[in-house]
Amino acid sequence: MNFDKELNARGLSCPLPIVKTKKSLADMTTGQVLKVIATDCGAVKDMQAFADQTGNTLMSTAEESGEYIFFMKKK
Amino acid sequence: MTKKMAIIATKGTLDMAYPPFILASTAAALGYDVQIFFTFYGLQLLRKDLSDVKISPLANPAMPMPVPMPVMVQMLPGMESMATMMMKQKLKKHGVATLEELREICLEADVKFIACQMTVDLFEFDKSEFIDNVEYGGAAMFFGFAGETDICLFV
Repeated sequence: MNFDKELNARGLSCPLPIVKTKKSLADMTTGQVLKVIATDCGAVKDMQAFADQTGNTLMSTAEESGEYIFFMKKK
Repeated sequence: MTKKMAIIATKGTLDMAYPPFILASTAAALGYDVQIFFTFYGLQLLRKDLSDVKISPLANPAMPMPVPMPVMVQMLPGMESMATMMMKQKLKKHGVATLEELREICLEADVKFIACQMTVDLFEFDKSEFIDNVEYGGAAMFFGFAGETDICLFV
């Protein structure tokens, strides 16, 4: 999937992946896509909850060898 | 309309310092307008230097210990520092932010910190030991904001 920016949230625990996602999205424009890579399994539900509550679109969630990869489209 | 959350932080130990800052920074990331009212021992969390914020195994039976430790041992000098050091190492290993980092994230996200004036006076805290971004007020001031919140927590 194409993306405009990548956030490395590997090794970070709650709430840092969410806080850093929010920060990364802040200087992006509507429709741009942020790729987030995290290792905290709690991030799976948190990213969905973040998207639901902020209006950004979580386009996909995938797990690859212990890493979680999210594509978030900015509102 | 913007959602709001208020937290009352009353504890000054390392374990109890985390929930207010984690919840406040998360809520701010979700777009909430957040205030934390620091009172009693929670005021310790506003000090520039947080190295006195510690955890004690004493009277804390739910704290997981690497080895079972009798209370008589827990009360020995140095045990509190050791428990604090071990907890900090554990937090670091798991990628949990430090209290200083979380507090900074809250401030960057415009979380408002209010120190209870009465307890500042009661414990004779020196305001110059507190970080700059603190407002001072009383319970009535807190209710002005808390009364309009969607979530209000006591920690």
